[in-house]
Amino acid sequence: MRPITVDPPAFFNRGPSPLARLAFFGILSLALLFADTRYRYLENVRQTVAIALYPLQRALEMPGAAFAYVSGYFGANRRMADENATLRQELVARAPATQGYVREQDENARLRALLDVRTQFAPTAIAVQVLYAGRDPFTQKVFVDKGTSAGVQAGAGVIDENGVVGQVTRVFPYMSEVTLLTDRDQAVPVQVERSGARSVLFGNGTGRSPELRFTSPSADLRVGDRLVTSGLDGTYPPGLAVAQIVDVVRDSGQMFARIFCKPLAGIDHSEFLLVLSQSAALPARPEEPGDVDALKKGGRARGRRG
Amino acid sequence: MRVLPHVGSFGPASPEEILRPARPWFVLLSLLIGLLANLAPVSGVAMTWRPDFLALVLLYWCIQEPRYVGVGTAWVVGLLMDVGDATVFGQHALAYAVLAYGAEYFRRRVLRFPLWQQAVQVAGLLVLCALIVLLVRFVGGAPPPGWRYLVSPLVGALLWPLVSVLLQTPQRPSRSGSRR
Repeated sequence: MRPITVDPPAFFNRGPSPLARLAFFGILSLALLFADTRYRYLENVRQTVAIALYPLQRALEMPGAAFAYVSGYFGANRRMADENATLRQELVARAPATQGYVREQDENARLRALLDVRTQFAPTAIAVQVLYAGRDPFTQKVFVDKGTSAGVQAGAGVIDENGVVGQVTRVFPYMSEVTLLTDRDQAVPVQVERSGARSVLFGNGTGRSPELRFTSPSADLRVGDRLVTSGLDGTYPPGLAVAQIVDVVRDSGQMFARIFCKPLAGIDHSEFLLVLSQSAALPARPEEPGDVDALKKGGRARGRRG
Repeated sequence: MRVLPHVGSFGPASPEEILRPARPWFVLLSLLIGLLANLAPVSGVAMTWRPDFLALVLLYWCIQEPRYVGVGTAWVVGLLMDVGDATVFGQHALAYAVLAYGAEYFRRRVLRFPLWQQAVQVAGLLVLCALIVLLVRFVGGAPPPGWRYLVSPLVGALLWPLVSVLLQTPQRPSRSGSRR
């Protein structure tokens, strides 16, 4: 008589084992991660699904907005009267500056024409309202309520009434994502107002001050210096307030000084922002001396042009 | 037909009461509500304390109804979560697939315990899920967030008994019907 086999036949055959399924989906996830970080093939998929999700997201934020509206309605009368009085005083105080500004602008334009300097562009601006902040604790992003349908372009600078807030990183048809300048490695080219020295301000992530990286210890920078945009990259028009230096750490052992700044705009709590259009196209970058030498020697020409 | 797990002072009087089967539309609806709760915009302190509702619901269904919700379903749900959120594609998919596998591996052990002790065991799985999400961001170059990041899965584990009872409510036999 044949012995009874030890393994009975499987009664419930449900396909591949969970471990096999995990291995398959794990590899698939890693492939997706690779594709998304390197090739951005999936950006279009996200755009399409984001369009479908947009009404859902607006519906989700309605309870919060309704609650804010109701609570604001009931508590605001006295506060609005005080605010009104303060704003009127401020308006009167600024009147001389406002009236003088138009005159200065005309004079400036005439002087520049005399010197044959290319006239500064007047950027068109789109007023937007912040819908909500990004959900990821690692990045500093906010979402605003206008997108490609209103003419917002990816890469446009964003400001509020006090200074530069950030840059538009993704546009959807009716919404845009703005990365704040405090996001890690977000860069704004700046110029020190007092001395005219140019540098770049880098964000440092959540909860940390942005800093001017790669500045030499002998640079002429003091606590309290105001930084404005230098306009060199074509993203932000020159002259917009960006930040103020709060701490300068010069360590003789380090190669660079650490310069920490505080942004002047209300980065986390501004509600109304302005999206600036891209500046006029800059002329092509001229040839580097190294490129010309490489070409003469017959070596591989560098691919960086324009 | 399944035996109700012992829920302590909660729930029906006799632990041997038999549950009605779970409806597929209810499973889908609960997953959708979990996804919406995850996507609801919050800011400030709430962001540290908000648990991953979708992971909780997914974990519940993987433990209770492994025939309906398995590694594949968890992966697809993770992809939806990725699209709704502004992160790298595939991050939550990987984390939820691992979560579902852990749920299937440990489900017989977890189901033997009362609800509050289940929460302790489930905390381990939820922390693992959160750590995978964190790991993917590390590889992408993000700064370490500190111990505050672990508050979210632990709050989720605390909510486990409530979520369990809520999601099991349609399966409880009605009082008037038990006489038949």
